[in-house]
Amino acid sequence: MSDEGGTIKKFMYVNRKAPYGTIYALESLEVVLIGAAFDQDVSLAFVDDGVFQLAKGQDTKGIGMKNFSPTYNALGDYDVNKIYVEKESLDARGLTIDDLLPLKYEDEDDDWAEKDSIHVVSSAEMAELLDQQDVVFSF
Amino acid sequence: MALLHTVNKTPFERNSLESCIRLAIKGSSILLTEDGVYGAITGTAKSDLVANAMGDISIFVLGPDLDARGISKDKLIDGIKVVDYDGFVDLVAEHKATQAWL
Repeated sequence: MSDEGGTIKKFMYVNRKAPYGTIYALESLEVVLIGAAFDQDVSLAFVDDGVFQLAKGQDTKGIGMKNFSPTYNALGDYDVNKIYVEKESLDARGLTIDDLLPLKYEDEDDDWAEKDSIHVVSSAEMAELLDQQDVVFSF
Repeated sequence: MALLHTVNKTPFERNSLESCIRLAIKGSSILLTEDGVYGAITGTAKSDLVANAMGDISIFVLGPDLDARGISKDKLIDGIKVVDYDGFVDLVAEHKATQAWL
């Protein structure tokens, strides 16, 4: 990552809302994609109902809204490949990582090997990650 | 027939579903819509609340809202009935009034 634009800061987007019921999830995704142009050290956190944003198998034909979940697959191409999901939030909602989109990225430092973007972390680990940030965006 | 209660908020960040279940009398019905459909999933922190209410109350969930959120039918609490928009209309027509727990 180049730093010719200035200092690289650690940016974290914290997502706590379910998709579709409110506009937060879609707005967050749009801001993440716009922000990806600025070469910062970006990560995404999904806690509480935010974990529902990553559920696979979303089909919105019946409710007349845009299904934006396929867009999460594009994050890896924008160098947004640190996606942290809180295990306690998954557990409370009857979900496991197998229920989530299999988000991948190609690691340029490892011969473009395909790797998983999603990391399931404990509450304590999530607290540490939050504490390490320079900038936190809340959705 | 008794009231039709509708709940459109997630039970994990709002108490709409809990209040609805607490204040719904035996013989009434609850229809979960929008983010309310998360209350129909089995194995969650709220599924016992819903399962325990089911002896006295009929619980329905709106299929298109399940599909939008990627919730498959096999993840629903036993006994919850899935309805489509026509079924929603039928429920409204069958009950004497509707109470929306916003």
